[in-house]
Amino acid sequence: MSTEYWRWPESRWTSPEIDGKAGRMITAGLDVGSVSSQAVVMIDGALFCYSSLRTGSNSPESAQRAMEYALTGTGLILTDIHYVVGTGYGRVNIPFAQRALTEIACHARGANFMYGPTVRTILDMGGQDCKAIRCDAKGKVTNFLMNDKCAAGTGRGMEVFADLLSVPIEDMGRLSFEVDTEPPPVSSTCVVFAKSEAVGLLRKGWPKERVLAAYSSAMAHRVVELLERIQVEQDFAITGGIAKNEGVVKRIEAELKIKALEPKYDAQIAGALGGALFAKALVEKERGLR
Amino acid sequence: MLAHYGYKDGSGEYFIVVDTDKCDGCGRCVSACPWGVFEIGEDENDPFRETAVAKVSESHRKKIKYSCAPCKPGSGKKPLPCLESCAPGAIGHSW
Amino acid sequence: MNVAGVDCGAKSAKVLILGDEKVLARVAVLSGFDPKAAAAQALDEALKQAGLSRGDLSHVTATGTGKNEVVFATSEITEVGADARAVIVLFPAARTVIDIGAEEGRAIRISPEGKVIDFAINEKCAAGAGTFTETMARTLEVAVEDMGPLSLKSQNAVPMNAQCAVFAESEVVSLIHAKHSKEDIARAVHDAMADRIASMARKIGIDKSIVLVGGMAKNVGFVNSLQRNLKEEILIPENPEYSCALGAALTAAERAKGA
Repeated sequence: MSTEYWRWPESRWTSPEIDGKAGRMITAGLDVGSVSSQAVVMIDGALFCYSSLRTGSNSPESAQRAMEYALTGTGLILTDIHYVVGTGYGRVNIPFAQRALTEIACHARGANFMYGPTVRTILDMGGQDCKAIRCDAKGKVTNFLMNDKCAAGTGRGMEVFADLLSVPIEDMGRLSFEVDTEPPPVSSTCVVFAKSEAVGLLRKGWPKERVLAAYSSAMAHRVVELLERIQVEQDFAITGGIAKNEGVVKRIEAELKIKALEPKYDAQIAGALGGALFAKALVEKERGLR
Repeated sequence: MLAHYGYKDGSGEYFIVVDTDKCDGCGRCVSACPWGVFEIGEDENDPFRETAVAKVSESHRKKIKYSCAPCKPGSGKKPLPCLESCAPGAIGHSW
Repeated sequence: MNVAGVDCGAKSAKVLILGDEKVLARVAVLSGFDPKAAAAQALDEALKQAGLSRGDLSHVTATGTGKNEVVFATSEITEVGADARAVIVLFPAARTVIDIGAEEGRAIRISPEGKVIDFAINEKCAAGAGTFTETMARTLEVAVEDMGPLSLKSQNAVPMNAQCAVFAESEVVSLIHAKHSKEDIARAVHDAMADRIASMARKIGIDKSIVLVGGMAKNVGFVNSLQRNLKEEILIPENPEYSCALGAALTAAERAKGA
């Protein structure tokens, strides 16, 4: 049996300070991506609970699981939630969502909440896509691009390497720094060709840490090129699964000469969080409060 | 909002940029494009926008280099029908 | 007069020896991780086939992504030039040449004299060349050479959304789980490739006759998909993977005479 090096740990969290039963406005955001799914519940504008798990082969079922996992032990059930916004790749298939919004809009809104109103540029590296977003002080999108065509710069690209080098994905960042000197980046952008290149390097005697450094460096550079197309304005924040890969994050910061803001919560929930916030705004609009 | 539709892969960078602040939802780009690259609809990135906006249709976003290839010969430049049809100048091509 | 054309490709090194304009030998050796050695080995095997030695060659022209690795070459030529040179000789009515190799795809428009008028290249992206089909063959657990015949058995067109070899792999896995047949999936793979190649060809303007060369030309499934997409007959020479090496050899012959 081979170890599944690409499997990252699933998680959930409940706020210790909020009493779910006492909430007046309860909204939720569901971000069903092609690789991971997150559910976030907000109560009266405060973050109440969330979950993050791997998307299965069935989107609606993954959404259900994420929602249930988030609500575990909170005393709340799905019908207690006033409005649910779905986002992500599987957004149109969430049976219990009232509205579907793009990840672009939700990430900007979620980042504005998580990082504060100073955030202006967001980089989100998801399982099968990479998004660069500019927003204003209210978290409204002013400029964006999303690449979901090419695996380079996405979680899948990283997983291919985790598998090739037999390194658990959560260790990739740390290991990429266990080198004496930073090697030149792999020359291929394409993950398939980069993998062949990496095999050649391993055969030449390169230790896996050095290959990892070369790939992380290439990935960081590619992502920076995408960011430069929309022009980076500070403050800068990184969300999505790859935000947890310090090997890529630190190299991006080095190339941009800008440090990314530290998230207060799990960076992977930004999309779902934005969804929950939009849900609140939409309820307020319905009720004539806006 | 500057909406970039397209991608960057090993072979290059290909983005069609729609400036949604300039776009008035007239729809002339939809008929001008011989390959059905554009469509008009709700701004899915701005849930509070009231007017319709032009966007690159979902099926073309991941292969925009191929979709636009017939209008961009290898040598010499032809005027692009989408750009010519857009009066407010809301459409841009990055390549 | 004997000359050789060496096409040092991403996947294999191909050598073609011409003796007084007749093909004396054709050899291909997998490049692996040492294209330099592969090119040398291919040359030696071709010389053996032709009953010649290195000293008998008046001129050697190298082409392909690894042309710099061909240390014994007298001169070089671009792949686009080599393709044009060979195809006009193989098919005097050829005006559009499509060459799909392991890692690069090219579309070339040529004049009646075989001069290059316009060209487009698909490079550095695995979805634009033979690597795409190879990767999908592995995922389907089918030998690469069986992909073509397998896809011809398909009765249904299944859409393929992914435009990347890595994402397509995941998509193929989902299609398998959704109980689509291997025949249908193989056809979807070839249709997707043909879609991209046809767009590249339209970029330079399609003019009859259309000739397909390179390793992919041996894949009957891909040829079928491309023919359906272009709605035109596609001509394919014998030994299509040697066209570039042939072009290089014809160039070597010209240059040897000129020298």
